[in-house]
Amino acid sequence: MLLISCPWCGPRDETEFVYGEAAVERPADPASTTDAEWTDYLYFRDNPKGEHKELWFHRSGCHRWFVLERNTVTHAIAGAYPPKARPVTEDEA
Amino acid sequence: MSRRYSIWALARNALRHHEGWQKAWRSPEPKPAYDALIIGGGGHGLATAYYLAKLHGLHNIAVLERGWIGGGNTGRNTTIVRSNYLLDENALFYEHSLKLWEGLSEDLNYNVMFSQRKVINTCHTPAEREATVRRYNSMRLLGIDAEFLSREDLARIEPAMNLSPDSRFPILCALAQPRGGSARHDAVAWGYARAADALGVDIIQNCEVTGIDRDQATGAVIGVQTTRGQIEARKIGIAVAGHSSQVAAMAGVRLPIESHLLQAFVSEPVKPFLNTVVSTGAAHFYISQTNKGEVLLGGELDGYNSFSQRGTLPKVQDVVANATEMFPCIGRLRFMRQWAGVMDMTMDGSPIIGKLPVQGLYMSGGWCYGGFKATPGSGWCLAWTIAKDEPHKLNAGLSLERFRTGHMIDEKGAGPFPKAH
Repeated sequence: MLLISCPWCGPRDETEFVYGEAAVERPADPASTTDAEWTDYLYFRDNPKGEHKELWFHRSGCHRWFVLERNTVTHAIAGAYPPKARPVTEDEA
Repeated sequence: MSRRYSIWALARNALRHHEGWQKAWRSPEPKPAYDALIIGGGGHGLATAYYLAKLHGLHNIAVLERGWIGGGNTGRNTTIVRSNYLLDENALFYEHSLKLWEGLSEDLNYNVMFSQRKVINTCHTPAEREATVRRYNSMRLLGIDAEFLSREDLARIEPAMNLSPDSRFPILCALAQPRGGSARHDAVAWGYARAADALGVDIIQNCEVTGIDRDQATGAVIGVQTTRGQIEARKIGIAVAGHSSQVAAMAGVRLPIESHLLQAFVSEPVKPFLNTVVSTGAAHFYISQTNKGEVLLGGELDGYNSFSQRGTLPKVQDVVANATEMFPCIGRLRFMRQWAGVMDMTMDGSPIIGKLPVQGLYMSGGWCYGGFKATPGSGWCLAWTIAKDEPHKLNAGLSLERFRTGHMIDEKGAGPFPKAH
């Protein structure tokens, strides 16, 4: 069972959230990507055994998306922050 | 003394107080080189080795297993065998696998306890009924057995099922595949291991592959690094389920796969009351009763990427809610065991069996928690692909290339999405 800290609502139970997908960066200009690059973006994943950046949705809360950094082996959560933001460093926290 | 199992061998050994049974397979030291290596000693890897030796004459081969054989997803599934798919690529492949299941105990000289007790898939809405009729028609056109069951049929076949119109999601009808059923999962691994060993295959346990060596000039595979030393081989097959991405990455190959958790449960054993394997797509739940009497059940993925091999509690609640709604009589049963496996989920919900973009490297993976029933077919097709260096027509469509060419096999009609199946 995960205790997830929504960047806007604070710590909440895992059942309030929906997992979206790996936080893969969308190509800045889709029209100019090659077929291979677009295929890689759409289908191919690093699938790391360890630290993973992923998008979650706070369904039973603020209805906003955020990035969660979570370990896929231990499920330990390293941080959560709004999409396109950078993680808060230890000094800033 | 013959290693063959038979009623005579049983009688002979019974007279000797069962002290004469031989080990079912050897535990050899790895040789420095083989003609082919299979990474992964689960059902799929062992089946691949067996068919390579039996049908393609490759006897100088080895199966490398990190832990013990059958200790991964082969030992963690709900043992359902069926071929009730909609799309040709999947349906024909799984039907071939089902046909292999039907003769497997005799072929391996090992009782895999394959029980064709019927697989039932219930429908709960008119839309679902229409989709199911379409799947029924598709199956019949492909020559696969299927039956459409009314509520009266269901009441006769599964008297314990809650068919009340007042239930949370009332059951309207069902699709059944009479030739579907279940098998003893451990026996599948042990049977393939024993039969492959008898054909000269080296089964090497406690041997983790840590790297794949490639020729610097051509890029072709030339061997593997393992925790028990370097082993050379020009052909390497990967059959490692949830860790497909990690092993393929050793050769620089990226896959359209994410690893997710799936849980399953067994209750304490009770007298037989469930006659078939029952599943529902709407709530995503499946249940059967093992030969020992345990009620075996499972549901959907835990929901987020994980390699932890342990389940989380919200999904336990989901599965139990489904179970007690569909079979209220099991409400007071106690769970005996709960476990989880790492599922290799592809982006279209269908498996990948074929060549990888590295010369001499092949894989069978992306089983999307449907891999157990595919065990014989997967081994058969991967063995063909390794031996001939080209896919059989049964797995030609299940290639990695389909994600680049746009020939996705999306049974669910949704995606790209790594949680379809």
